Parts: sequence; structure tokens; C-alpha cells
Amino acid sequence: MENLKSSASSQKHERLVIELTGVNKWYGDFQALVDINMSVRRSERVVVCGPSGSGKSTMIRCINRLEVHQRGRIVVDGIELTDNLKNIEAIRSEVGMVFQSFNLFPHMPVIDNLTLAPMLVRKMPKKDAEELAMQYLERVQIPEQAFKYPGQLSGGQQQRVAIARSLCMQPKIMLFDEPTSALDPEMIKEVLDVMIELAEDGMTMIVVTHEMGFAKTVADTMVFMDAGEIVESADPSKFFTAPDNPRTKLFLSQILTH
Amino acid sequence: MAEQAHPPKNNRSILHSIAFRNIAYQLLLVAALAFLGWYLYDNINENLDRQNIATGWGFLNEPAGFDISESIIPFDSSQTFARIFAAGVLNTLHVAFVGIFLATLLGITMGIARVSRNWLVSKVASAYVEICRNVPVVLHVIFWSSIIRLLPHPRQALEPFNGAFISNRGLMLPFPVDNILYPWVAFALVLGIGGALIFARWARFRREHTGQYISVFWPGTSIIVGLPLLVWVLGGAPLTWDYPALKGFNYQGGISLSPEYIALLIGITVYTGAFIAEIVRSGIESIHRGQIEASRALGLRHGFIMRFIIIPQALRVIVPPTASQFLSLTKNSSLGVLIGYPDLVNIGNTSLNQTGQAVEAIAIMMLVYLTISLTISIFMNFYNKLVAIRER
Repeated sequence: MENLKSSASSQKHERLVIELTGVNKWYGDFQALVDINMSVRRSERVVVCGPSGSGKSTMIRCINRLEVHQRGRIVVDGIELTDNLKNIEAIRSEVGMVFQSFNLFPHMPVIDNLTLAPMLVRKMPKKDAEELAMQYLERVQIPEQAFKYPGQLSGGQQQRVAIARSLCMQPKIMLFDEPTSALDPEMIKEVLDVMIELAEDGMTMIVVTHEMGFAKTVADTMVFMDAGEIVESADPSKFFTAPDNPRTKLFLSQILTH
Repeated sequence: MAEQAHPPKNNRSILHSIAFRNIAYQLLLVAALAFLGWYLYDNINENLDRQNIATGWGFLNEPAGFDISESIIPFDSSQTFARIFAAGVLNTLHVAFVGIFLATLLGITMGIARVSRNWLVSKVASAYVEICRNVPVVLHVIFWSSIIRLLPHPRQALEPFNGAFISNRGLMLPFPVDNILYPWVAFALVLGIGGALIFARWARFRREHTGQYISVFWPGTSIIVGLPLLVWVLGGAPLTWDYPALKGFNYQGGISLSPEYIALLIGITVYTGAFIAEIVRSGIESIHRGQIEASRALGLRHGFIMRFIIIPQALRVIVPPTASQFLSLTKNSSLGVLIGYPDLVNIGNTSLNQTGQAVEAIAIMMLVYLTISLTISIFMNFYNKLVAIRER
């Protein structure tokens, strides 16, 4: 059954973990997403870029149902996203998300931020959850901050805590929604380093970012969006040197000139 | 003049020292307040002397000579002013504390209803809030008082269920006749509350150690209700109702709530409840949307998000202004004077008229309200410290 499914759903050898088919979304009269088709293989790293308001964030927020799409199909890890609450919760616990504004829980020390979901969703005993949390804090290189409150940390540290918090749920997929856009320039590197390490470990990732250096380093696939559409989806070597679409060319010339 | 030519200039005059000025301004303020206090005291004394009014607290030990319509402690007109003041304080406390309890329940319910995604529920709550907080509290109290006066006479009283009567003389309810077993039932209730608290601690301990989440609500409720019920049943389930019965012009027996009490209670509760609802709503809405999104992205259920993320953060916003609402409800209970509820102000005013001891009567009223308010403040500050969570 497992074999049948994977050979049926993918021409390539890897199994698809995310599939968007003809996804459309409207905010009132404004169409935010236009016929989005995208598929992500296990361990694939996709970097999404595009001008602001192009629908990048909306698209990845649809993948864990923070936004509701109105037409089309989204299948994550074999589960289709419908309004079935159990499916939504199952998908959310497999999909980690890191936000531009960190969204740590300000009223809990860092360690509690990390253990809350494993304890409540994964039913993990406190001791195990704390061990797991310390393990991930070490991985993002701030174990010494475990008992501080988020407000006592720098932006870069907070974002690394947020990444660790998502990892504590041991997700199969990580979504990053402009993770470095709210950071001071000197803190961007420490966050990107953590993300590069995560990519090297084989995490399936979709990253919305304007950090083109990072994109060149980690991306398997570059996606360019404009006006709610996927304009171009290509291999990074082709994407950065010889994009097909003039809109992609214009965008790249605008962000790579300085 | 020659010195000023030399930079840097250093002005050593004490008049320009910040420390000196701070002390000087405070001393001036103390002097001004002392003068004002002396002036008022002197003025009052002079005027009282001129009108031949004796000052002092002696009148408190004299018989009051007037009766009151309801009192928690037994009272008749031959008893002293001190006792009638005590009766007034108790009546004020009675209506204020029941009012605070009900207004809090109403406010929390309506506040949560207002942010509900259910259109009808949220509109009903909005209508309640907008109507009730925009009408002066005096009108609320008079409105309910008039409504009750329009109810039928005791002889044609409405009887919603057997033994309960609603009339323009208030609400009469049957009440169990005291039994030797009841103190034990009360004791079992206390034990049950203690047991439920222990159960909640155990459930938390177990959740942290095994990851198993146990809902506390139903088992906790069962313990609190079940234990007294068990004691009562084992004791032979003694229950005799004392039914109110029409004797003469009014009902006797059972328990009764006077029309004045009901009108005042509903008036101040409904008014303050609307403000508390707004405070609760603003508390919930003060939570940044990202907090909820981050919790959802982690797979947390709605109930968990409410309990672990929204409520702890909302409480800090909710508690301080709610404390002010409790204080204003307590002070608004003095509107009882308008509809004949014998609260402290009502009794204070009557005593003042009877004795002419205006300064003393008003001083007593002010002191009592000050004491009640400060007590509530201290308690709420303490509670605020409990919920004022650290962030750094």
C-alpha cells in the first residue's frame, strides 16, 4: 500500500510531502493566490521570493491552515487539508512554522515555551520534554538562556528560540515566513546559520526570504511569486543566471544591484 | 561680573540645587495642607458653636427611635444609633458583595460572548453592553424599582414554581428548615472543595510526569457536589421545606428578598457588569494575533490556547480596571437611599436628620466606605500580584 501510493503520487523516487493543486484564495474581491501548483519532495528545500504583497506568506500560511484556501487542493504528508479539525491538528503538529515576529510566549521562560506543545500535544512527560528542549537549545546554541524570559533576549536569540520551539515538536516539515526580516543586520547570520544546519540535516523546508545569499546556499528549488501567481519555479543555478520570465529578471535586478 | 567671563561657569547657589528644590516644594505643600486643614476645622467649630450644636460621639449610645425595613442583625427602634449604623453597614456589604460576585460572572460571560464568532451571541452581548453602560446607574436602579412596583400584589403573586412567589413585595422562596445534620453537610462541602483542589494538583502532577492530560472540571465538580450529597443521603436525607405563606398583607416564612434589595442589586449589577464585559473583551483582544497563530502552528487545541496563552496574558490587563469597577459598584450601592433600601447612606442620612450630628454622621459614612474600598483595593492588589506575570 505504502509503495503503491508513493509510486503513484510521484514520478521521481522521493515521495511528495506537500502538494498544492490549483489553489486559489480571495480576500473579498482581492485575489491573493491564483492557481498555485507546487509540490515539495521529502528533504527538498524550497525558497520562495517575490515583491511584498505577492502572496508568498499567504501561500505558506495556507499549508498549515493559518489561512483558509477557497479553491484547490492542499495535501500535506498524505493528509488533505479540509475543515476537518482533526486533520488540521494532525498537520499542524507535523509542520513547524517560524514567524517574522518570533511570536514567543512572553509570559513563560524560554524552557516553558519549548515544552508546552510537546507536553500538551504529544503527551510527553515533563522531564522528557525538558530534556528534548535542552537538546534543541544546544543545537541553536543558547542553552544558557533556558530560564530567561523572551523579553530578556536579543532578536536573533528570540528567533533561534522560536526555531527550537518548532523543532521540539519534531516536525517533518518546517515553514519559515521571512524569519530574518525583523532582525538587526548583525543578527541575521546567527539565524541563517541555524537554518543552514537544519537544511544540511535533511529537513524539508519552505522558506520565504529575501536573503539571496542564503537561497543560493541551500535552495534546491527557487520559486518566484508575483501578484498571487507562481511566475517561475526553477533550479537555483538557472534561476539566478538565466530566468525565463522578464518579471523574475526585473525583480532579481532590483534586489541584487547593491 | 568678571567671574562670568571665565568658562566653565559654576553656579553654586543652593536655590538652584535639585535636591534642595525637591525638599523645599514638599515642605511648602505640607504647610499649605496644614493650613487648609486648620482653616476647615476652625470654621466648622465656629459655625457649630454659633448654632449651639454639641459635637461628640455620645449620640451613638442613645436609642435611634426609628426602624428599618430590613436588617441582617435583629433591630428595633429602641436600640442604639451605633447598632443601626452597624445594620446599615451590613446591608451595604450584603448588596455590594453579592453585586460584585454577580457582576463579575455577568461581565466575564458577556465579555467572552462579545468576541464570540457566533454572530447572534456577539450582537446580543454588544447590545447589552452598549445599552447598559450608556445609561446612568441612577436610572438603572430607579428603572428596576419601578418594574418591581408594577408587579402584582401579594394576593395575586406570580408563582413560577411551587412555593416561590414574585410580587411587588419582592421575591419569596421556600427554605429548608434547619436540621442537626446540616453543619455536617457544610463541613462535607468544605472537604469536597479541598478534595477537588488536591485532585487538580494531582492531575497536574500526573500530566507533567506522564504526559496524560486529565480534565479536572467534571471530577472536581463531582467531588464538590457529591461529598455533601453523600453525607446528606447517609444521614437519612432530612429535608423539610419552610414555605412562604400569605398571612395578612404579606408572606411569612421561607426566605424573602425585599423589592428594594432586588432593584438595587439588579441595577448596580447590570450596570457594572457591562463595564466588566468591556474590560474582559479588551483584555482578550489585547493579545497579539501572532500569539494565537504561533500556538495553532504548534498544534495546540483551542481550549489549551485559551487556558495557557490567552487567559494568563489577558488577566494582567483585566484585573486592575476590574478592581476599580468593584470599588465603584460598592460606592454605587449608596443609591439605595433613592429607593428606600436601608444601606449605610440611607441610615446615615436619617440619623443625621434626627440628631443634627452632621459632621459625625458624614465622618462615619466616609470612614466606612474608605475602609471597605481600601480592603477591596488591598485584596485586588494582592490578586494582581499573583496574576501579574513576569516577562523579564
